[in-house]
Formats: sequence, C-alpha cells, structure tokens
Amino acid sequence: MLMITCPVCGAEGDETDFHCGGQAHISRPASTDPHNVSDDAQRDYLYIRNNPKGLHREMWMCARGCGKWFHAERDTVTLEFKSYYGITESAPPSSSPNPAASKTTKKKSAGR
Amino acid sequence: MKRYSIFSLARNAANYHKDWGPVWRSPEPKAEYDAVIVGAGGHGLATAYYLAKNHNMTNIAVLEKGWLGGGNTGRNTTIIRSNYLQDESMAIYELARSLYENLSQELNYNVMFSPRGVLMLCQTEHELRAFKRTSHANRLAGTEARMIDRAEVKRLCPIINDRDDCRYPILGAYYQPRGGTARHDAIAWGYARGADAMGVDIIQNCEVVGIDQNAGRITGVRTSRGEIKTTKLAVVVAGSTTQLMDMAGVRMPIESVSLQALVSEPIKPVIDVVVMANTVHGYMSQSDKGELVIGGGADPYNNFSQRGSFPAVEHTVTALVETFPIISRLRMLRQWGGTVDMTGDRSPIISMTDIGGLFVNCGWGTGGFKAIPGSGWAFADTIANDRPHPIAAPFSLNRYMIGHSIDESVAAAVAH
Ligand SMILES: Cc1cc2nc3c(=O)[nH]c(=O)nc-3n(C[C@H](O)[C@H](O)[C@H](O)COP(=O)(O)OP(=O)(O)OC[C@H]3O[C@@H](n4cnc5c(N)ncnc54)[C@H](O)[C@@H]3O)c2cc1C
Ligand SMILES: [Zn+2]
Repeated sequence: MLMITCPVCGAEGDETDFHCGGQAHISRPASTDPHNVSDDAQRDYLYIRNNPKGLHREMWMCARGCGKWFHAERDTVTLEFKSYYGITESAPPSSSPNPAASKTTKKKSAGR
Repeated sequence: MKRYSIFSLARNAANYHKDWGPVWRSPEPKAEYDAVIVGAGGHGLATAYYLAKNHNMTNIAVLEKGWLGGGNTGRNTTIIRSNYLQDESMAIYELARSLYENLSQELNYNVMFSPRGVLMLCQTEHELRAFKRTSHANRLAGTEARMIDRAEVKRLCPIINDRDDCRYPILGAYYQPRGGTARHDAIAWGYARGADAMGVDIIQNCEVVGIDQNAGRITGVRTSRGEIKTTKLAVVVAGSTTQLMDMAGVRMPIESVSLQALVSEPIKPVIDVVVMANTVHGYMSQSDKGELVIGGGADPYNNFSQRGSFPAVEHTVTALVETFPIISRLRMLRQWGGTVDMTGDRSPIISMTDIGGLFVNCGWGTGGFKAIPGSGWAFADTIANDRPHPIAAPFSLNRYMIGHSIDESVAAAVAH
C-alpha cells in the first residue's frame, strides 16, 4: 500500500485517494518540431517507458483532495515516496540514479 | 527419464513412494551453449522443450535466478481461453489452447488441464455489444465460443446472483466451453522434466547480470555463476524484461506492475466453471483442493515489490460478493502478488532484435499462462531458424514503430 502526501494541499492518503498518471517528463516530439518527427521518436513517445527497478519519476493527482497534479519520485521496490515537486517543474538534477545507471550498462556492453 | 504410468505408480506405492527420485538434474553450467534462455518460467521452459523436441537443439541451457516456476507462472490463477478479439491473438492463443488439450500425454506429466468452460459475464449494454463483436470475430476464425443468456448462465453456475435489483445485473455471457484451467506448477515442472530428459541444462540459482556482444552480435552472458558463451540468447523474464534488455542496451515498451490473487478457505464444490466479471473487476474458479481462486485488476502504478496491496483485495472481493452472495462469509486463506510486464497494446512481444542473436519474449502481462505452449512453440521456431515464425511475426517489436498495434485492452479488461 502506498502512503502519499499531497504537496499542494497537504492531504494524506493511500492509492485510492490519489490517481497515478504514469511516467513524468515525457514530451511529445510533434510539439517541438511537427515537420521532423522520426518513427523512432514517435514510437518512444507513445510506447517506450523507463520502468526502473528503484527510483521512478511520476505524475500523481490528488483525486479526493484538491484535485491538483504534482510530480513525485517513488521507489518502485519499497513503494516509498522519496520527494515531491511541482507539476510545472522539470526533473530534479541528479537524485534519480536510473538514467545514469542504464547509460553505464550500455557503455559496459558496448565495450565488449 | 522414468516414464510415469499406472505401473510405475503401483510399483512405487509398494515401496511407500520412497524411490521416485529427482525429476530433473541440477547440472553445473557449461562454458558454452548453442543457445541460452534466461528465465525458467513457463514460457522459457516451453521454449527450451520445443527447441529440443522440434528443432533438435539440445546443447542449450535455461538460466533461472531463483527456482524454476517461481515467477508469475507459479503465481497465476490459470485461466485458459482463446476467445480474443484480434486475428493475430486468436491464432496464438488458440494454438496454445489446442496444445493444452494433449499436453499431459505429450509430456507424460499430469498438467491437470480442465476444460471446464469459461464464462465472461456481460453486465452492461456496452459489454454485451463488445462481446457480441468478439464472438462474431471468433466465429469467423473458427474458434468455438458462443453468447448465452442469463438463464443459461444460471444453469451453468447456480451460485451466481441473477437478480435484477443489483448494480450490474447479468445480461448474458460470452462462453468458451473448451476454455478452463490447468495446474500452474505442473506446466513448469512438466516442461522442465521433458526438456531435461532431452539434455537441456536447467540451471537454477543462476542470475544473469550482464550481456556481452561484439560487433552487434551476442557473444555470451555474465551470471552469478560465471560467464557463459553463446551466440543465441533468448530473454524470457516477464516483469524483469526492462532490466535484462537494458544490459544489452535495448529500451523496451514495457511497464512492470503488481498483479495479485487470493484463495478462500477450502469448501465443498460450489462452482465448476470459471467466471469472469470484467465490469466489476473480479473473476473466480474453484481449485481441486476446494479453495475459491480469486483475482482482479492490476495495481495501477509501476511496482517491483512482488506483492499486492490491500485496496486491490478489497475492490475485487467487494465485486465478487455481489456476484456470488454465498461467498460473503468465507475467510481468505492466502494472498500473493507477481510482477507482470505490461505493453501499451496489452499484447505480447515475441521478437528478434537489432542485435544479432538476441531474442525476446515478454509482455504477456496479466494473461500469459494460457499462452505458454503456443508461445514456446512459435518462439523456439523463431530462435532455431533466425526468422519470425508466422504466428509470432505480428508480435514483433517493430509493430510499435510501424503503428500496427494489436489492441487487446478491451478483451483483457480484468487481469487473467
Ligand atoms: C496473480 C496473477 C494471476 C494471473 N492469472 C493468469 C490467468 O488466470 N491466466 C493467464 O493466462 N495468465 C495469468 N497470469 C499471467 C501469467 O502468470 C504470466 O503471463 C506468465 O506466467 C508469464 O510467464 P513467464 O514464463 O513469461 O514469466 P515468469 O513465470 O515470471 O518467469 C520469468 C522468470 O525469469 C526469472 N528471471 C528474472 N530475472 C532474471 C535474471 N536476471 N536471471 C535469471 N532469471 C531471471 C524469474 O525469476 C522468473 O522465474 C497471472 C499472473 C499473476 C501474477
Ligand atoms: Zn491535494
């Protein structure tokens, strides 16, 4: 069970009080350059997800409280919420190990 | 392999069942194999079995980080049916269902396939129309299933609430008479025993921690028990797919979430069909031990904890108490969860990749037990021949690029 605190109104609750909006910071390629959207970029936008085992950045909504969306960092193994930040804020710099971790793995296997 | 028969049973009974012996070997990993399969769930083991049986590839290994069948295969509620909406799905699920029919004989192992019939209730006008559409699609494809009315639902399942004064009265059901259940563990064990007998090394407690490649081709894997060389690597790890494929630098269209199930205390037989109530998110059948086997929807957030949450239990049980009022005073005996691998179109991935020799089979999500024999059959053929088997071809990773998704999100409204 999740224990969530809304950073907007302070309401506390579990997953029945909040709504999960999935992975955060996905940007739609066509919004930046509608004439140059590669098949790869469109596929990534629609289907490819980070799915880390560990810290994950997500969007959540305070469904039974103020109704506002917010961002959160949550551990997908322990299910703990580690931090919250505003829905208009971009990803915090380095607290998430995942993108970095996957890059190192990639380098390792490429070197072989 | 010691064959099981009425005579072996009698012989062993005379010895007080002391001499059965281990059913498969526990070999040390060799330095090199012709093919390595990661993940000894049903899909990985069936793949190994058919690689050996249909393609004579016996110098192969299945690597499992825990114990074989300890993943979702050993945690599922075993519903088997093939009445999916899309042509591509009908082909693979019906191949699997038809292989289930003779699997006990094929494996010389009782997998307890029980084609007791699966009822998918229609509890809203919309659901009724959607299932009618599916039933027409299935009839065109020759899949045997039909729409039935409320009276027939009540006849097949007398404990069901057929009254009008509930929130979602039953309007009918979509019925597949040859759908049913099988024993989850027996599927893993039967395929493991069969594969082992043909020389396949099944190596448990062996976690893959790295994937090696050279010039765009697979060269081997690094494991908790040392390095193993191979030129063909098949990743079949369900909820861990993102992590495994990441080792090869391939990003996947997968999200891992928790799906849970529970059983009641055992009672006398009360229900001899499988009933799925998609609108209210619950399904139920009864095991041979008498427990009511109950499942519902997946938790709606990424989750690697391998356990379920209390709100989901509450939600499922609330729905089923209205559907089957007699269960309201039963106690829950056990509850557990598995980490399932969800794709955007709720259809699986059986695919080659841009890396030579790297194959992946995943995305079965909440409903892959029913597909194990067909998936193993088609995937083995794909690996052996280095080209997609015709039934597997539509399920390639490429479909997300060309926009040919196989949308089964309606058919799979609840997890099963
Ligand atoms: C509660 C629940 C109910 C379900 N009910 C149904 C149902 O009624 N009908 C139906 O058709 N389907 C159902 N399913 C879905 C079904 O269980 C799965 O789709 C299916 O079992 C997947 O099989 P698999 O072989 O792909 O995965 P698994 O059985 O999970 O096997 C994958 C294996 O890979 C291993 N592994 C992972 N990482 C590594 C590594 N790094 N190195 C080595 N090994 C590794 C794991 O330990 C695991 O044993 C249900 C699932 C759950 C959880
Ligand atoms: Zn709030």
